[in-house]
Amino acid sequence: MMKSLLVQLFITFFKIGAFTFGGGWAMISIIEKEIVDKHGWLEREEFLDLLAVAQSLPGILAVNISAVVGDRLYGRKGSVCASLGTILPSFLIILAIAIFLTPDIIKNNPVVSRIFMGIRPAVVALIVAPVISAAKAAKLNIRTALIPVAVALLIWSKLPVVSNPIIYIVAGALGGWYVFSRAQKAAGDRKGGEL
Amino acid sequence: MIFLRLIWSYLKIGLFGFGGGYAMLALIENEIVGSGWITEQMFTDIVAVSQMTPGPIGINSATYIGYVAPMHSSPMFASPLWGIIGSLVCTLAVVIPSYLLVIKAAHLISRHKESAVVKGIFTGLRPVVVGLIASAALLLMNSANFGTSPYQLTASIAICVAAFVAVYFIKIHPILVICAAGVIGLIIF
Repeated sequence: MMKSLLVQLFITFFKIGAFTFGGGWAMISIIEKEIVDKHGWLEREEFLDLLAVAQSLPGILAVNISAVVGDRLYGRKGSVCASLGTILPSFLIILAIAIFLTPDIIKNNPVVSRIFMGIRPAVVALIVAPVISAAKAAKLNIRTALIPVAVALLIWSKLPVVSNPIIYIVAGALGGWYVFSRAQKAAGDRKGGEL
Repeated sequence: MIFLRLIWSYLKIGLFGFGGGYAMLALIENEIVGSGWITEQMFTDIVAVSQMTPGPIGINSATYIGYVAPMHSSPMFASPLWGIIGSLVCTLAVVIPSYLLVIKAAHLISRHKESAVVKGIFTGLRPVVVGLIASAALLLMNSANFGTSPYQLTASIAICVAAFVAVYFIKIHPILVICAAGVIGLIIF
């Protein structure tokens, strides 16, 4: 009985990994449907709590949520089965593509190379679109809008050290922490003064 | 040794990859293209392939780059077997940091998710993530992807603008946009 839950977990996440295009957020709604609505393994509220955890961690969102859900349902083994299920389909598909569609073929086959000449500028557009959506979601004002502009230009500069994105991720996290805890302390002081 | 350096790079990508797949592209570009393991064009092609296949972009790129980078780095690793080993280690390396955090820290975070510390960190990260995605887009706007001849450059800019309008305003699915761009490329280039 317990063993079959592990197998079911693996199969469920394998299906999700194999048929969901568009990465993290597209996967979340399907995982929710499968785990909460179809199998009833978790209550919706419990799932949303786990999603909050998965989102707060670095790395690949779809893998994180699989691991947390698997962990909640069947401990360590469950998290391994669920995350392997999510990873395996893309791993196998991309491996097959990498073996047959080598960089040499893309470069030297006249048909394939022309197809990719058309695709490359479109890919750039596909990355510009989420910049705008993320900027809207971040609710930037004139002052905070300087942060993404500076970050983008410095990474783009390819200068040594300052072009490393990790610097800005660490700085953003520490800066946010500092500003927030100061604001909270100030609010606490004000409250104390009123008393 | 290329494999150890690939593992180190992907561990970093996995550990600092906040903000989803597109934000992760800036990290991948800095670690992988910056090391000269693959060219700018190959990087763009990997993003295109990732868009057209199921699964998260982080896994797709780790698997593809893990396969291609060893071969591209030295003729010693020309055998596909080395490529498969590269795919495996990169994919595992990108997953392991967050996997360990999930196992070790999930309880901690779920207890503190309302706390000022966690909220502050993510409020601080939000504008940075916008910058990361923007840098990935800027880095890809280069002659390797748009061409150098006036004809290819003009055609590429037209494709880019049309693809943006199709995805952002008309809400056409990205896979369809990539397929259409491929067909256009075949006809006009």
